Amino acid sequence: MRKISLDRINDLFAAIAAEFRLYLPVDTNGGARYEEWAEGKILSDELNTVRSAKDFFFPQTENLMDFKTEGKKIEIVDTRSETEDFVIFGVKACDVRSFDVLDRVFLAEPQDSFYKNRREHSLILSMACAKPHETCFCTTFGIDPSAPMGDIVCYKTEDALYMDAKTEKGAALLKKIESITVEDNGEAAEKQKKVIRERLEKLPLHNLTADRFGGDKTAEFFKAPEWKELSASCLGCGTCTFVCPTCQCYDIKDFNTGHGIKRFRCWDSCMYSEFTKMSAGQPRLTQLERFRQRFMHKLVYFPANNDGMFACVGCGRCLSKCPIQMNIVKVMKTLGKGEEKNV
Amino acid sequence: MFELNDPLIPVIGEVTDIRIDTPDIKTFRVVTPDGKKAFAHRPGQCAMLSMPGVGEAMFSITSSPTNTEYMEFSIKKCGCVTEWLHSMEVGQQITIRGPYGKPFPVDDEFVGKNLLFIAGGVGLAPLRSVINYCRHYRDRYGKIDIVYGSRSKDDLLDYNEIISEWANDAGVNVHLTIDREQEGWDGHVGFVPNYVKELGFDTDKIAVLCGPPIMIKFTLNGLYELGFDKTQIYTTLELRMKCGIGKCGRCNVGSKYVCKDGPVFRFDQLDELPDEY
Repeated sequence: MRKISLDRINDLFAAIAAEFRLYLPVDTNGGARYEEWAEGKILSDELNTVRSAKDFFFPQTENLMDFKTEGKKIEIVDTRSETEDFVIFGVKACDVRSFDVLDRVFLAEPQDSFYKNRREHSLILSMACAKPHETCFCTTFGIDPSAPMGDIVCYKTEDALYMDAKTEKGAALLKKIESITVEDNGEAAEKQKKVIRERLEKLPLHNLTADRFGGDKTAEFFKAPEWKELSASCLGCGTCTFVCPTCQCYDIKDFNTGHGIKRFRCWDSCMYSEFTKMSAGQPRLTQLERFRQRFMHKLVYFPANNDGMFACVGCGRCLSKCPIQMNIVKVMKTLGKGEEKNV
Repeated sequence: MFELNDPLIPVIGEVTDIRIDTPDIKTFRVVTPDGKKAFAHRPGQCAMLSMPGVGEAMFSITSSPTNTEYMEFSIKKCGCVTEWLHSMEVGQQITIRGPYGKPFPVDDEFVGKNLLFIAGGVGLAPLRSVINYCRHYRDRYGKIDIVYGSRSKDDLLDYNEIISEWANDAGVNVHLTIDREQEGWDGHVGFVPNYVKELGFDTDKIAVLCGPPIMIKFTLNGLYELGFDKTQIYTTLELRMKCGIGKCGRCNVGSKYVCKDGPVFRFDQLDELPDEY
C-alpha cells in the first residue's frame, strides 16, 4: 500500500493528469459531480455524486455514426476512434459494482464497441465510502463499501490518502507515482474499514434484504396487487432511471444537421409511454405496467439472465431524487411484506 | 479507423424492385450496392432497415433463406419509417443490419411433421419465408396446409404467388378467405378463426400462427377446441425495438428479449412470460 499526505494530494492529481485524463468528484452548485481535473479543482468530500459514474462508459448522448446522402445514394461514416486512457478517481463501491452490471449488458455478445472501447481505456481508482448516507443500502446486494473493487482502492483519512493496487494496470500506475508516495503498512486503512463497518450498522436501511427477490419470482410478483398503490403517484418523469447507475435502456435517433445526418444513442426510460409504443399498439398501457417493468427488471428479470446478480447496487440516488419519494426500497419492503402475509 | 465491428453499424442496401401487393403493403427487394444478398438468414429472422434521417425499424425477412440472390421485405404502411419506405423508388439506397432473432425450428422440430400455417393480413409476411423454405425442402416435411385471410381480395398479400405456385404444389393445400363478400370472389368468406374450425384439422401437425392479436386469440382457442396442445403451436411476436441485440431494453418481456430470444415462440414458452406482448 502507498501513502501520500493530503496536503500533497494536488501533486498526486498533477502526476496522474500528466499521463491520463483524470476525472474526480468536485463540488458544484448542483452538488458533487465528476469533472476533469485541472490545477485549482478540489476533490469533493462527497462521493455520492448526483449523477452516477455510468456516464463515463454509457454517456447520456453519443454519436454512433454519420450519414451522407446524395440523390438515392447513402454513405455511412464511421465516426468512432480509439479513446485515450483515462482515470476516474473516487468511485465508491456501489458505483464500481454498477460497471459489472453494465458489462453484463454491453459486453454480452455481440459486444457494444462504443462501451467496450471506453471500458478498456479506463482506470478505476475507487474509494472506501467513509460517509455512507441514510439512503444507502449497498450491503443489501452484498457490496462492502469499505472494500470497493477497482484498479486501485483508496482510503482517505483526515490527513492522508492510502492506495492499494488490485490489478496490473493499477500497480503500473502506482509505480509511476512512486516518487511522490511512501510505503505504508496498511494499518490506517484497516482502521478506517472498521469504522465504516460500524457506521453501516447504524444506517436505517442496514437490515434491508433482497432475499425474497430473484430470477424465479416472476409468477409470484408480476400480478401482485401492491403494484397499483406503489405506482399510483408515479409521474413517469424518468428521474430514477437517469440517476440510476445500472439503468441502460437506450433510444437510437437521427438528426439532420443541415450538413448531414447524425445518428445518436440517447438514454431512454421504461417509465415513458413512448418506450414501447408502436403503430400496431401499446403493450404497456398505463404507468402501472411501466413502473412494474422497471422494478421487475432490476429484481427479477435481470437476475434470471445474470446468475442471480441484481440490477440495483443500493446507491440510494433514486431515494433522494424521486419527486414523489417513491423508490426501490419501498417496492422491496411492500412486496416483501405481501409475501409474509401470504405465508 | 476503428477496428472493431459494431452490431449497430449497418451496411448499405439498394432497392432493386418494388411490388405493390395491396393498397397498403409493398414488397421491397434489397441487395448490397454490388448486387449481392446483404447477409444469410434463417426462416423467421428479422432485419433492421433504415432511412437515415427518418428512422430505423425492424422487419421480418419475407423471402426464403433458399433465395441466395436477394432479400425481400413485405411492409405495411403504418408509421413514419414505413411511410417513407412506401414513397421510395427503385434504385434508392437504405441501410440494413441483421439478421436478428431465433428462427422457426425448420431443421429440427418441424422435420417429418405435417405443417399448418395460419395467417391474417400482413401476418403472412413472416410466414412466407418459412413456407417457401419448407416448399424448397419439400420431402423433409409432411402435408402442408395454409389458411390465409384478409379484409378483401385486394388485401391478400402474395396473391399471385399463392395461386400460381403454392396451390399447385403436391401435398400443399391452400385455404383462402376474405372477411366480407366481394364481387369477383368465389372463394370462402369469413374470419380466419372460424374458417380454421370449419376446416377442422387433425392434431397430427404443427401449427404456425401470425396475424393481428385478435385473430391470434380466437384462432388459438379454436385450435385448442380441435385438440391442439400449446407445444404444437408457434407464433412470431412484434414489439418495439431499437438495437436488435437485447441491449436497448425495449422488447424485454419477463426475462426474454423478443429481438434475440424470439421473435419465434411456442405457446407453452409464451405461457411462462408475463402477459405484456
